[in-house]
Amino acid sequence: MSAALPPIRSVESRRLAGVASERPWVRWLLTGAALAFVAAFLLVPLALVFFEAFAKGPAAYLAAIADDEAFSAIRLTLLIAVIVVPLNFTFGVAAAWLLARYDFFGKSLLLALIDLPFSVSPVISGLIFVLLFGAQGWFGPFLSDHGISIIFAVPGIVLATTFVTFPLVAREVLAVMQAQGGAEEEAAFMLGASGWQILWHVTLPKIRWGVLYGVILCNARAMGEFGAVSVVSGHVRGQTNTMPLEVEILYNEYRFVGAFAVASLLTLLAVATLVLKKVVERAVGRQRREAPIAGDRIAFALPAEEAGGGQ
Amino acid sequence: MSVVVQGLSKRFGRQGEAAAASGVSFTAPTGHITSLLGPSGSGKSTVLRLVAGLEEPDEGRIAIDGVDCTTMPARSRGVGFAFQSYALFDHMTVHDNIGFGLRIRKRPRSEIDAKVEELLALVKLPGYGGRYPSQLSGGQRQRIALARALAIQPKVLLLDEPFGALDARVRVELREWLSEFQTSTGVTTILVTHDQEEAFELSEHVVLLQDGKVVQAGSPHDLYDRPATPFVASFLGGANVLLGQIRDGRADMGSFAVEGPVGAENGASVRAFVRPQDIRIEKPTEEPVANVQLARIERMTRIGGNVKLAVRLGTGEAVTVQMAKTEVEGLGIEQGDRVMVDLKEAKVFVEDYTI
Repeated sequence: MSAALPPIRSVESRRLAGVASERPWVRWLLTGAALAFVAAFLLVPLALVFFEAFAKGPAAYLAAIADDEAFSAIRLTLLIAVIVVPLNFTFGVAAAWLLARYDFFGKSLLLALIDLPFSVSPVISGLIFVLLFGAQGWFGPFLSDHGISIIFAVPGIVLATTFVTFPLVAREVLAVMQAQGGAEEEAAFMLGASGWQILWHVTLPKIRWGVLYGVILCNARAMGEFGAVSVVSGHVRGQTNTMPLEVEILYNEYRFVGAFAVASLLTLLAVATLVLKKVVERAVGRQRREAPIAGDRIAFALPAEEAGGGQ
Repeated sequence: MSVVVQGLSKRFGRQGEAAAASGVSFTAPTGHITSLLGPSGSGKSTVLRLVAGLEEPDEGRIAIDGVDCTTMPARSRGVGFAFQSYALFDHMTVHDNIGFGLRIRKRPRSEIDAKVEELLALVKLPGYGGRYPSQLSGGQRQRIALARALAIQPKVLLLDEPFGALDARVRVELREWLSEFQTSTGVTTILVTHDQEEAFELSEHVVLLQDGKVVQAGSPHDLYDRPATPFVASFLGGANVLLGQIRDGRADMGSFAVEGPVGAENGASVRAFVRPQDIRIEKPTEEPVANVQLARIERMTRIGGNVKLAVRLGTGEAVTVQMAKTEVEGLGIEQGDRVMVDLKEAKVFVEDYTI
């Protein structure tokens, strides 16, 4: 093995050296172009949001956020997230479990359907619910007879948001579950654990980082969703307006400080999500790297340092 | 605590095209290790999972300790199971892993602690309770997995390729340890393995499977000395294969002729399996001896105390011969020498043309 390695490595390094041996000015130009692009399209707009939000001072910023309608939009957005995230956590884990552990007729169809919300325009997603539950929709007459309002009300926003964010937890958990296999669950089953005990003691701890990752993404999308929510919400200020919708309305009314103040909150959410995502990604990576260590000798006596030395 | 399996069948796939086990019957005697031996895809793991209750059989019966448990849920069967991948709970300490089955059964903490300590001593890892599986070597993990399976005091222990993921040296060590361990606990054990050496060393009873069927069951000696089919003969011990024909009741392979199988018809094609250690090599004598052929030693390779010889027979066929180093030195033979070869033993099967 070791005898065969050097020539391979030297070929590899020669090729790598060839790639890296561009002239310095070419390297600087390429790096500079990439940085300029990032600055122009990401950093400047990001800074601009805060610049505009604080254009008339911190007092105006706070007043804009404390504004009744803005505040109600913030509250509604949080409420939506609080409802949608646990729902998609449950659906996502259940769907991932089903798809990772069982073979059944129509499995590939279900897999494709899970991705549907991503492949359909969010506006269409919203429209689906209007066509189902709107006044002219299939269930419209039944709902209005019973005094239930879904479209242009909170339930509609919850439905549309749940639909749009469904794949986030399911996809992430499915990948983790498929990578891990089901031997631990079988071991717990053989030791006498019931289905719920297996889920609680074995499966959830195993997939916890994958779940957290999915939940973070799901939360960010649930709070930031515009298209689908815009169609079903009706834009009733103080009642069915979420933060992204509020930003649009404020902007259209030329209330720039208000628009950017609310937008700054969503931006902060995005930044916090990115940071959390990075932290969790690192934890997931660490968990995956914990590969078995190649065997060391059996300790027939008790050398406590033996296992430590084996790592 | 014996395990009796009768006519066990299991098909996988929606169309049921793949029969993983068909009509498997065997008995695993109380207090011993029984090996299910076979190449990959022979259905041995499926049979073990059926006995465990991890899969449901399509046909057949399973009785543990005289009680029919074919339809019994796994948790009521009183079996412990160890996986090739160990399947330890990575987020729990060694202590919590071993105590898992008892915690599920809501046993008092003091009882669990005492049992875990006892089992850690049994698997020769005392003081390891506070560690996590990721801090252990592969061999240590498998011993913890065995301790965990034993914590619920199973009537039967089922081991699915328990040492399959370990390197050769640790495998041999763990094999010795398991033998000692099984003798001390006396728990009836069924071991699934593709390694015949492992099966022969650990068990008095070996069940050999091929394509989901039992081809032969018996003691390691039975299987080795009296293989029932060409498959058994070739699977157990890298044998030389020589082709020939029946002539006057004897199997004639050109270079050699041995007693043919009883009732073989004259002219029938035969296939003989000859183990490397069953070919005798001698210095050529002056006058030719009947039934002894001249051959040439093409290559000699020393492996520890043994020598492997590549020998070209007079008929042009190449065979592998294995001899003790001292024997080779005693004969004074060298690479390139012409020698006389003779068969000590060969397993002869009449060729089956129904294939």
